Amino acid sequence: MAGNNMTSTEYIQHHLQNMTYGLHPENGWSMAHSAAEAKAMGFWAIHVDTMLWSIGLGVLFLYLFRLVAKRASTGVPTGLQNFVEMMVEFVDNSVRETFHGKSRLIAPLSLTIFCWIFLMNIMDLVPVDFLPMLAQKIGAWFGADPAHVYFKVVPTTDVNATLGMSLSVFALIIFYSIRTKGLSGFVAELTLHPFSTSNTFAQILLIPVNLLLELVTLLAKPVSLALRLFGNLYAGELIFILIAMIGLWQLPLHFPWAVFHILIITLQAFIFMMLTIVYLSMATEEQH
Amino acid sequence: MNLNLTLIGQAIAFAVFVWFCMKYVWPPVMQALQERQKKIADGLDAASRATRDLELAQEKAEETLRESKEQAQQILEQANKRANQIVEEARDNARAEGERIIESARSEIDQEINRAKEELRAQVSLLAVAGAERILESSIDEAKHRELVDKLAAEL
Repeated sequence: MAGNNMTSTEYIQHHLQNMTYGLHPENGWSMAHSAAEAKAMGFWAIHVDTMLWSIGLGVLFLYLFRLVAKRASTGVPTGLQNFVEMMVEFVDNSVRETFHGKSRLIAPLSLTIFCWIFLMNIMDLVPVDFLPMLAQKIGAWFGADPAHVYFKVVPTTDVNATLGMSLSVFALIIFYSIRTKGLSGFVAELTLHPFSTSNTFAQILLIPVNLLLELVTLLAKPVSLALRLFGNLYAGELIFILIAMIGLWQLPLHFPWAVFHILIITLQAFIFMMLTIVYLSMATEEQH
Repeated sequence: MNLNLTLIGQAIAFAVFVWFCMKYVWPPVMQALQERQKKIADGLDAASRATRDLELAQEKAEETLRESKEQAQQILEQANKRANQIVEEARDNARAEGERIIESARSEIDQEINRAKEELRAQVSLLAVAGAERILESSIDEAKHRELVDKLAAEL
């Protein structure tokens, strides 16, 4: 447990608070010292821990894969190359099965999504106190109050991270929709379905209804994509924190939950990837 | 869960990662995979071709072996025939030679016999004359009676 003088509520809140750097109405650009301060910063704040870990893990992923890609040989693959090729083939198969159009973007996009999210998720398996404590020590070394050094290790438990990705995917959905069907086709898809009649007057009446339904469907995609990943990981992290609070008995509990969590981690990364492929393939398909 | 700039930062980072992956990671790995696939396919092809070649070669070798055996058999037969022929010829020659030798010996013997007969004839006439001379004790005209005796001797 981090700091024995904390109440459990404080402990949990401490763990769920991001390290925030932003524009405080009174303090200007500064590090937030408390949850309230972070809240007061509003939109003009950035979660330093989320950014650091996600970018770090993304760079790690790309570094490893680039390493293999550079010396990729057609001979007998060994070690890392084997692994990378397995991943690439797995993603390629998934894309081929679902996405029937032709796109140079979609397969690498899926690979990036899967590997990056998987790496970000897997940070969940690092004991919850380990890295935050380290951060507190380092913070204290730089003269900050350890109690106010917040550090959240798993980027996917930050809704900003997941929403950032899902909104990018959303932008791609819209881009592909418009590119395949044209702007008018895209608008028609939003307004002339699911209710359509041959009567022009009735159709005009139906347009707002259709638009409402289709907009909800459309907007539900990025939101559900982001919140599914965020919710799963946040809940998992929360349970890790709760387990970590019970002291000596945490080990027998921690282990099965971690094992179970391996499944969730992989599954969520896979689901995010698959849904991205499905959404994009829906966007590139012609009118149903 | 307060939404803030992190969202945009994440979106940018995501876009950059995807771009990098699309540009520098996916194509080489994919290319290597496809090339390996092609190589393996080629290898399998070559292997099956080699097996077929091997079968053909084996067949050909068997064929050649069979042919050479046949040839050897033929040569052997010819040689045997030739040998028999030679033996036969030699035997014929020998027989002919023998007959010739026998023939010449026989004619020689005949000649000898004739000569002996001549000699005997000559001596018989002499003996007869001498005997007659003794018997008659009288002088007989040798020239006159010789003719008679010679005639007699020729009848022997």
